[in-house]
Amino acid sequence: MTGLRLWLARSYGLLLSIVVFIVMFALYFGNFSTDDPAAVILSAANTGVLLALVAMAQTVPVLTAGLDLSVGMIFIMTNCIASALVVGTPLQVVAGTVAVILSGCAAGFVNGAIVVWGRLQPIIATLATSAIYIGIALLIRPVPGGDVDGDLADFMTGQVFEVVPVGLIFLVVVVLFIWVPFRMSVLGRGCYAAGSAEGAAYMSGVDIARSKFAAYVLSGLFAGLAGLMQTFNTYTGEASAPSGGLYTLNSIAAVVIGGTSLFGGSGGVVGSIFGAFVLRTIVSLLFVFDMPPLWQPLFQGVVLLLAVSLGAARVLRIRNRLELFS
Amino acid sequence: MQAILKSVDRPVLIAFGFIIVLLLAGSLYSQNFLSPEYLLQQLKIASFLGIIASGAMLVILLGHIDLSIPWVVTVGGMMSTAAGGWWGPTGEALALPFGMACGLVFGLVNGLGIAYLRIPSMIFTLGINAVAQGLMVLHTGGFAPQDHATQFMHWLAVESTVFGIPNAAFVWLIVGILIVFMLRRTPLGRYIYAFGNRESATYLSGVNTRAVLIACFALSGMLSAMAGVLLAGYSNKSFQAMGDPYLLPAIAAVVLGGTNILGGRGTYLGTVAGVILIVLLQSILAVMQMQEAFRQMIYGVVIVAMLLVYGRGAKVHG
Repeated sequence: MTGLRLWLARSYGLLLSIVVFIVMFALYFGNFSTDDPAAVILSAANTGVLLALVAMAQTVPVLTAGLDLSVGMIFIMTNCIASALVVGTPLQVVAGTVAVILSGCAAGFVNGAIVVWGRLQPIIATLATSAIYIGIALLIRPVPGGDVDGDLADFMTGQVFEVVPVGLIFLVVVVLFIWVPFRMSVLGRGCYAAGSAEGAAYMSGVDIARSKFAAYVLSGLFAGLAGLMQTFNTYTGEASAPSGGLYTLNSIAAVVIGGTSLFGGSGGVVGSIFGAFVLRTIVSLLFVFDMPPLWQPLFQGVVLLLAVSLGAARVLRIRNRLELFS
Repeated sequence: MQAILKSVDRPVLIAFGFIIVLLLAGSLYSQNFLSPEYLLQQLKIASFLGIIASGAMLVILLGHIDLSIPWVVTVGGMMSTAAGGWWGPTGEALALPFGMACGLVFGLVNGLGIAYLRIPSMIFTLGINAVAQGLMVLHTGGFAPQDHATQFMHWLAVESTVFGIPNAAFVWLIVGILIVFMLRRTPLGRYIYAFGNRESATYLSGVNTRAVLIACFALSGMLSAMAGVLLAGYSNKSFQAMGDPYLLPAIAAVVLGGTNILGGRGTYLGTVAGVILIVLLQSILAVMQMQEAFRQMIYGVVIVAMLLVYGRGAKVHG
């Protein structure tokens, strides 16, 4: 019983984001008059998966009490790389896909190296590296363009059995085969330990440096996968800095809505996935309810503000004001 | 001489060293780089960033961050130009204070949310930024408001009166003097540094930490909006997203100036050095007429490299 209560207390944010998502999506789906519900789900899934992957990329450094302000730009950079490499013969396509994923990891490696070996604050280090990544993206795609293997793209953005979006399956596969093993490993535990009490973790013999390093590389990997999916969705690469910035900011919001603490040490990528879905459903809801286009940005902003303010419920439970500072 | 050297932080000295290196590098590339006209032009551009960075620094000294800068800058610009359209000559006269007041309101909301709801500033200011954006979209969309800067705003941002020194630089100077006075000579200044070092200890010492926090965010909002008013005067009109290019340079300038991003440590002189550094770097990259791609890459690499020289944190020891 106490085990269940502990789990509930710990997963409060995750459960809340799932509930909010289900309610919102039900509202959206219920008010959307269509003959083809599967198509609605497919388009919702394809846009949701992109932000979900970027939010996952943001989550891992946040767990170590860090932050990665370059995830959006890694996403854009890998999108541009994919638009140049993932095309041609099947062998070239495979090699290109591997190259895209590796370039995402490499970007994460650079972030990790600067944060761990360089001992710079993650927020400022990744701010600076994001300029480098958008530079690389611009180098590859000064103007939007490029191409991607059509069959692969159609498959990855399509459905199996004409119902289940492949993007969602891809997301589940990534969680099950990359995140869960990482979470169970010594490195993954080290990330949580470093995030909740770095000094204590160090004294207990946790290899903090290696864990943090792994966190940033994994972040780059997730962002790279997002860039790949973006290319499958749009068939082009576009080095758009505003779009990258927007993805970074939304990823932070998704992480918070998903119940991961920005102070590190608690949460996980599954919550962030639902956080991302919540954010995306807000936008879709505005369309469904015929909100005047002019009011949409304001409504989006207010909902974002309210969503992140949910975390403030903690303040009401506190009896001693000193607890606020912990 | 030694006493003066001792009173200046090492990071500040290194930052000024980098400025000299940048100036020399620029002069190798172009003869005009060291001409007074060119440097004064750079000073004018630096003033806008300097005013924004002043507010950002106050918030960073607390160990917080203000991500609402982009759209609060835009709010300042748009509200100041709209005032003339709404209230005629009275509005034009009040353009600057009205723009600043609007920024102050956003800053106050930031401060209240962070102080009372205890939401991390990074995410709360992000939300306020989105709300400000929504309000400005609504503002421009429905009513076609006036977006021309008043003559006074144009004069303040573009013209020079004394010795060819731009008026904008004087505005920055006044802001700077006030902030240095506040940080060094008033209790609030002491509280800001104390808060940045350890919030709980400051609270237990009897300081109203909430008020300190709200004051810093309010000032940051007001200064961002003030820079927005000047920017509107500079380009003679206000437009959406006019503040977008200022968030990252402002934070980078504060940190390059030796202010600890975790709070509690930093000097205003350092922020001035950081601002000049960023502006010179941007202008050299622009003068070299390099591709945007390489400009971005060099910008990022140089900032990382400079920080690696003097911005490193301590090793973990238990």
